[in-house]
Amino acid sequence: MPPTNQRILILGATSAIAESTARLFAARGARLYLVARNQEKLNAIAADLRVRGAASVESALADLDDTSAHPTLLQHATQSLGGLDIAILAHGILGDQPRAESDFEHAAHILHTNLTSPVSLLTWLANFCAQQHHGTLAVFSSVAGDRGRKSNYVYGASKAGLTAFLGGLRNRIDREGVHVLTIKPGPVKTPMTQGMKGYDKFADVHKVAAAIVKAIDARTDVLYVPFIPWLPVMFIVRHIPERIFKKLNL
Amino acid sequence: MPPAQKEKSKSAPRFESWGRYPQYPAHLHGLHWQSDFPQLAPKLTAPALAVGMGRTYGDGCLLAGGNLLVTTGMDRIIAFDAATGLLTAESGITLAQILDFAVPRGFFLPVTPGTKYVTLGGAIANDIHGKNHHVAGTFGCHVPSFELMRSDGARILCSPTQNPQLYAATIGGLGLTGVISWAQLQLRPIVSRMIDYEGIQFHGIDEFLALTQQYKSSEYTVSWVDVTSTGRNFIRGVFMAGDHSATPAPLKPSPEPKLLFPFEAPGFALNHYTVAAFNALYFHKQFVKHQEKLQDYEPFFYPLDSILHWNRMYGRAGLVQFQYAIPWEHAREATVEILREVAKSGLASFLAVLKAFGDRPSPGLLSFPQPGITLALDFPIKEGKTLPLVHRLAEMTFNFGGRLYPAKDAAMTPQQFQIFYPQWQQLEALRDPQLNSSLWQRVTAQRNP
Repeated sequence: MPPTNQRILILGATSAIAESTARLFAARGARLYLVARNQEKLNAIAADLRVRGAASVESALADLDDTSAHPTLLQHATQSLGGLDIAILAHGILGDQPRAESDFEHAAHILHTNLTSPVSLLTWLANFCAQQHHGTLAVFSSVAGDRGRKSNYVYGASKAGLTAFLGGLRNRIDREGVHVLTIKPGPVKTPMTQGMKGYDKFADVHKVAAAIVKAIDARTDVLYVPFIPWLPVMFIVRHIPERIFKKLNL
Repeated sequence: MPPAQKEKSKSAPRFESWGRYPQYPAHLHGLHWQSDFPQLAPKLTAPALAVGMGRTYGDGCLLAGGNLLVTTGMDRIIAFDAATGLLTAESGITLAQILDFAVPRGFFLPVTPGTKYVTLGGAIANDIHGKNHHVAGTFGCHVPSFELMRSDGARILCSPTQNPQLYAATIGGLGLTGVISWAQLQLRPIVSRMIDYEGIQFHGIDEFLALTQQYKSSEYTVSWVDVTSTGRNFIRGVFMAGDHSATPAPLKPSPEPKLLFPFEAPGFALNHYTVAAFNALYFHKQFVKHQEKLQDYEPFFYPLDSILHWNRMYGRAGLVQFQYAIPWEHAREATVEILREVAKSGLASFLAVLKAFGDRPSPGLLSFPQPGITLALDFPIKEGKTLPLVHRLAEMTFNFGGRLYPAKDAAMTPQQFQIFYPQWQQLEALRDPQLNSSLWQRVTAQRNP
């Protein structure tokens, strides 16, 4: 039987994968706390989750780039939920790789949103969970972080940093009873990837969400999703010698 | 073909209709939020059309050189009244998603087509019908209200009493009056997933008509008909009747479909012999003349949904659908003559569906169903053969006073369309000036004198 009444915080709740994941938890009667930047979108999602069976849905507007506001935000969220069972970190930007190649400010912005901001949130959340010896931290990294490629290496660098951070964090707090899940989605059909080459073949967002819920329940460490082809593909990509890799157009 | 060009044509996002004929390039945009269309509309220079799952067969969900606004990201539920079954949802939600939500809560769609992979907005825009048309009418009969977003930024609440003209024009309005942001749908209660099913073999149109009369109080009736056989087996088929089981049973959600038609079948795969063999098998699948059983709603309503992309069976060239509704006055003779023409042509049709429409009027302005007989056929595209046949059948339908279904059409002429639907000019007057479709451009191309 899947657990009910879970207290779940979702950061970046208007991301398509996070929203679809939230629907599955709502159907189980979870209590949800949503954080995003757009009130209208939060309202639409909250109404949907309530109808689908969420025990409660609260939300807060926040720009997660503002790390100084994180402690207050997280304190309020955990108080309002009456504790915390699962935190899902889904915010992130793809950025504009060609622009980031010449505009350092843009590259720094990608690194800030995708790496510094989650590190700030996870520092607080990890200590909170370690203290209660309980909780799951499910964080969106990406297969793009497994190896730098010319088509998206700034985004890839942010995700590589995040993956490394999560690995170390898991190593530190697994023994405290805290579950750290690194989610590495391949390309998924979402507003973020719309219009990209090969969009037709991208993974269905609802299937990705179902895999994430399963991984949270099973306390999986690292989730490649969809499992096929990304687990074997990234195994190969990681092991191509650099002298060959540098010549490829990836 | 140079490699670069080949790669481009392979990887550029495409939007195909379910018949995969015709094919036109268009710019794709995703609508994920109700606020997306009002933000996007002022930036568009070419005409646009909201589309959903692309289950329309012909060119009703295409717009050559225009902007296709894919609504499937707008799939949120807004409200649900568990006492009455009134659902309010964004227009990109699919009927499959509605069933996943509603069935475990003891509710079912008021009207469903033969696939659950259509959106709520698409179901309204084509005013779809189902096996219960003779008792429940069309989909639009169960949509008490919706909101229309116009390209000028207006958001218009439509119901039989509020903006009734736009309400009527949007139901069956082919997506031309605006983009539906959300709609209400009145669901009907069920106590079980199961259907009390009866299948009866028949030979000839008169046996079909007698069964239609005999089973007119069954909620769902439809017939499959073998259109390849002539002589003794001409118009043989299986009449299927069903009612929601009244015996309470667990209301579990449906499993995900597992089968996928993996590739485009070669063009020769469907020929007169293979289809005749299929039809004979289908007829004799039911060994006895009369069969009764309890059947899950999935195979009863959506036998083909279990094979995703079954349209690939028709190969690269695609297929055309053809569906008429002919009033009772000429329904019998028209059906006999049209089926004779189809059998004579030797152009195979797998999935021929025969049904009697009822007389419950639709609120829609351009709704297709009318009391009488409807017949739906599909034909693989065969160069130089299929379209002439479809044009002949359209002409026969026209002469018998019937009309064709725009959602399943790729061939009717402007003159035919404008006589089938004389109210088309009212829809044209209420059309959002920024919206259009390849279908609409085709059937309104030449003004009827």
